Amino acid sequence: MANICQYGSFTHAVVRSIPETFGGKAESGDGHENGDVSVDLAKAQRQFGCLTGALRQKVGLQLIEIPPDPELPESWRIEDVAVIQGDTALITRPYKHQRRSEVEAVRRVMSELNVTVVEMGAADGDSGGATLEGSDVLFTGREFFVGLSSHTNRRGAEVLADTFKDFAVSTVPVCGGARLKNICSMGGPDTIIINNSDGAKKTLRMMEQLTDHHYEVLTVPDESAANCVYIRGPSSRDFLLHRPAEECPDSVSAFQKLQDYTLLPTACSEASKLGASLSSLCLLINRKHTYF
Amino acid sequence: MTTETGADSEARQNKETEKGKAKAAEPTSPQNQTEQLPAAAGHSTPARKEQEQQEEEDQASHRSSTSRLSRSPLRGVKKVKIMQCKVTLLDGSDFTLNVEKRARGQVLLDKICEHLNLLERDYFGITHRDVENQKNWLDPSKELKKQIRTGPWNFAFNVKFYPPDPSQLSEDITRYYLCLQLRDDVVSGRLPCSFATHTVLGSYTAQSELGDYDPEELGSDYISELRFAPNQTKELEEKVMELHKTYKGMTPAEAEMHFLENAKKLSMYGVDLHHAKDSEGVEIMLGVCASGLLIYRDRLRINRFAWPKILKISYKRNNFYIKIRPGEFEQFESTIGFKLPNHRAAKRLWKVCVEHHTFFRLVSPEAPPKKFLSLGSKFRYSGRTQAQTRRASSQIIRPAPLFERTSSKRYNMSRSLDGAPIMENHETLMKDSTADGTAKVITKGDIITTVTTEKKAEEEKAEREDAQMDAAETPEPAVTTPLRHDTKTDSEQTDFAFDGEMTESEADEDSEMPTQDNSPPEEMVKHQTNISELKRSFLETGSSAPGLTEWEKRLTSSPVRSPRLDEAPMIEPLDTEGEQAAGQEPKEEQETKVTEAAGYLVKYVLDSLVTDLGTSSGPHGISLSTTMDDDVFMDGTLREVEEKTPDSQEEVSERSMGKVSPGAVRQEVSQAISDKKGTLIILKEAEERDDAEGMETSAEGEKEETVVQEEVNIEENGTSKEEEDTSDVKEATAVKTSNLKIEIKTDDVTQIKGIDSPKKAMASWISEEVKTETSKIISATAEELKEMKTSLQKPEMFTFQEVQMEQSMTSLNHVTVSESSTTSLAVSTLGWVSSSQKTSPEPEEEVVVAKETEAAPADSTGPTSLDAGDAATKEMPVVHTETKTITYESAEVDTNGDVDPGVLLSAQTITSETTSTTTTTHITKTVKGGISETRIEKRIVITGDADIDHDEALAQAIKEAKEQHPDMSVTKVVVHKETEITPEEGED
Repeated sequence: MANICQYGSFTHAVVRSIPETFGGKAESGDGHENGDVSVDLAKAQRQFGCLTGALRQKVGLQLIEIPPDPELPESWRIEDVAVIQGDTALITRPYKHQRRSEVEAVRRVMSELNVTVVEMGAADGDSGGATLEGSDVLFTGREFFVGLSSHTNRRGAEVLADTFKDFAVSTVPVCGGARLKNICSMGGPDTIIINNSDGAKKTLRMMEQLTDHHYEVLTVPDESAANCVYIRGPSSRDFLLHRPAEECPDSVSAFQKLQDYTLLPTACSEASKLGASLSSLCLLINRKHTYF
Repeated sequence: MTTETGADSEARQNKETEKGKAKAAEPTSPQNQTEQLPAAAGHSTPARKEQEQQEEEDQASHRSSTSRLSRSPLRGVKKVKIMQCKVTLLDGSDFTLNVEKRARGQVLLDKICEHLNLLERDYFGITHRDVENQKNWLDPSKELKKQIRTGPWNFAFNVKFYPPDPSQLSEDITRYYLCLQLRDDVVSGRLPCSFATHTVLGSYTAQSELGDYDPEELGSDYISELRFAPNQTKELEEKVMELHKTYKGMTPAEAEMHFLENAKKLSMYGVDLHHAKDSEGVEIMLGVCASGLLIYRDRLRINRFAWPKILKISYKRNNFYIKIRPGEFEQFESTIGFKLPNHRAAKRLWKVCVEHHTFFRLVSPEAPPKKFLSLGSKFRYSGRTQAQTRRASSQIIRPAPLFERTSSKRYNMSRSLDGAPIMENHETLMKDSTADGTAKVITKGDIITTVTTEKKAEEEKAEREDAQMDAAETPEPAVTTPLRHDTKTDSEQTDFAFDGEMTESEADEDSEMPTQDNSPPEEMVKHQTNISELKRSFLETGSSAPGLTEWEKRLTSSPVRSPRLDEAPMIEPLDTEGEQAAGQEPKEEQETKVTEAAGYLVKYVLDSLVTDLGTSSGPHGISLSTTMDDDVFMDGTLREVEEKTPDSQEEVSERSMGKVSPGAVRQEVSQAISDKKGTLIILKEAEERDDAEGMETSAEGEKEETVVQEEVNIEENGTSKEEEDTSDVKEATAVKTSNLKIEIKTDDVTQIKGIDSPKKAMASWISEEVKTETSKIISATAEELKEMKTSLQKPEMFTFQEVQMEQSMTSLNHVTVSESSTTSLAVSTLGWVSSSQKTSPEPEEEVVVAKETEAAPADSTGPTSLDAGDAATKEMPVVHTETKTITYESAEVDTNGDVDPGVLLSAQTITSETTSTTTTTHITKTVKGGISETRIEKRIVITGDADIDHDEALAQAIKEAKEQHPDMSVTKVVVHKETEITPEEGED
């Protein structure tokens, strides 16, 4: 059963390469991520390569890389298009219409991995206007928090709740950031990493009120440092991909408080300019323990 | 469904004929069909006993018919209505039984649990569907007929409090029933789970019910006969089978444990959902669970209020309110209101909240509110809390009962070969544990056999007790106690039903309680074997709209976004809630003790207790607002344990002091002592130790020190009902603790510690809260000490042991004196004032056998000083270098204690220390033959240098104990003194 596995145990990572259209006009239209930021495509691709390298070589995951599609400039934000827990992947319905075709490649990969695929809205008609993006979903191993943001609505959260019935699905307001995962992420089975902003604190308070569990909270001073990728690797080693000191100078010391962790500083400055972060770039799957 | 019997005599006749029939029919009755199997030999003894009982019964019934009117004019002529109840059990079968119409819910619950052989009962409850088809929990303390307005008496037995960690349950059988409940929750959709979880849970269900996967035996399609999910697909069944194959060798109990380990993680595990609307009219669901109140909008959790966050829950008309503790950065409390569909729904929700909060958050139940502090409902959860039930169930020592898992027909057929050895096993177990008396449900194939082991001794006592009740004719009829009037009949019914044993005293009982004639013979067990059928039928009753699962129905979505509840306006400024609670404390404190055990073994009404409470404005105090119930703002102030203030503790102890005025006590004691008759028995200490239930052993460390131990074992047999007794005992414990303290003034902290710690080690389950509580009382009482003018500075130890035989009669104690075999040498007997009549504390005398063991012949102050009364005791010489043990033991002990130790239901030790004294109160509850017994053992150790008037102290302690518990009897008083030398003496 899915929740038997310890949180963070993954066997596969699914990523999608950075297309040449990275940072292109598709980003415009979203007030927060307007296109006037200048991004360095080559640097972004380098950083992407570092990330995938860390996942494959340091952590030891099997990496599945979906080729880029220039038609889908945001397709590298693969976290948004699926929420995977256990052997079930919910294929989401991103807020932006132009992103909805991103799901097809991901769906195919999920099927190949024998993951049960659940569609949020096969056709636009029956989704009831539900939108959900994975970067608004924080799975703690015990429950889901869905940030109600400009990209994710309550209907979307309901579909998520229907999909993952074992778990409590709580909705929280996203304060202090565009996406829930921008302000917080998991730093371990019971550890939430959150940034120091007032908005993030407010969201955290809400999460604390809504949960039945107790989480350790690791507060990091840099706003962007709160997004990390925690993976419990083989032989139970704890890996944490986090933003490097160059990007988040004040937060590295906070990560060093995590006992016996293998810290993997991973640059993400270019994706970050577009409102994304480390976790946006990969989908993590555990195929070893299904429910046996 | 309703059966009403005519007048008494008819009822009795009916009953007798039924009895006769039952006897005659025994060999062929379904219950005994299994006896055709080889193992049947094991039943021969019970059968014989039943015959004897039958004869006795006949005699007694004649007597009863003559004495009935004269002895109990009040009740004798009343018609008693018997209702037939159909209870849907967790396996889907129906259990039909009869209860007196006026019986309280607890009667029904007890009967069901007995039928199910379930000891950890506190997690379960009975539901009844009202006219709106809403499930309501029966209040165990209220009469059934008041809770069932119309319609047939149909109930369902359900899990009420889902243990957050089922592995902490003591018995597999309890887990089994929890599994059954959860399976139903899953299949009905109340407990939503993913496909993967359905698969896992289903596979464990298959393993637990069918055993190892075996295609030859089970066939290829076996899995379709089980229900795992609301919408069961072939795919699911295949996955279940796949998993099932991997469990080879897993026992049913293991499979159930795995099932529960998975189920408990589900987010809706144990969440009781209620439809509501928020303040803006948005449809939401309120979920009550162990940790607090959850707010759902559609399937999403939008808020949650943990119990510690909630200051107050209340309802008014169809509104339900929670007052929220101010957050870290907030100044004010806020009150959040919800609209329920109607008033009844609001009240239902409120009650469920009160119960869950009490069960999961409090150490002991809260007392019903006082009239002037809170208007409205007096409803409070009166059962045991989770903490209490865990403590109690940790003491279950019976061999794990064997029981058959519900199973499909084919399973039974194929497994019948395996059945035989199981039966044999059963039989041996049964023989061993005859004294348990608990009805054992043995299923063989699809036949359930209910076997009740003998409980003669206890029954006799019960009957005597009843007789005494009758004789005592207490001014306050049991009716005033909300809790257990009917339970009495229950136990009687049970007696009749299973054993039919009659004793001479039963005549009285009959005249008094004609009602019991009817019930148990008619009990029948319908056991349906096809589980899937059962499940379906069970489910259908549960959901009105078959298409939707309950979950789906409840979560009708409404598109409007709900406002954030945490931002609800702060309605009121912080008020003095806490202080209020503190103010209530003194009374609540005591009442808590009374009500604490309500859910416990609940069988008895304690008349005397009622009086007690009445005078002390106890839980039964008048409530001004009852008539206005519907419209009055209902308050349930949530009182966490930590809110108990020292002040209130003081008050409590003061109150208890008030009840037992020291002077009066002394007088009474001396009276009692002068009445002494009988023999003093010198007893070996080893024997005492046994009686004292090993409490003594822990005291070994003190031997070398100057210690006088006085052990007073008090057994109070009363007119009380079991349940009330239990509670009363607790109350008494606290009170006594305080009272005894009065006599104790010491300085030697260290020694106390030494004494105390081993005990603590022995009883690791000592609740710290309780401990502090007690010690607070003690400190409060220290003031009283001065009043008493008793200066006790000598090491001294008192141990009070109150053994309560719930169903025994004090008045008949003397009858059994001759049988008391434990007393070896009779030297003198103490006349003991039995407190069986509350009107006069000392009207009846119980023969108390006093045993004195003197290691050193020099000082035999004990008995003499007792004779002389308290004045004499003061002149008692100082005892040096000696260890002396004096035991006064009531004969009653033997009749109860000889047979077997019974099943220990719970044990509790409360230890309190002051600078120089240690008081240990040890409460054990055991079940013997289905009769529960509460034994309170109190030990007081006083250490010090100066003379101590321990005789007086003893006398007073006894007196107080008696006064506090007119319904109990003192069975044993052990005075143990140790001075300087004699390290070998003392306890073994």
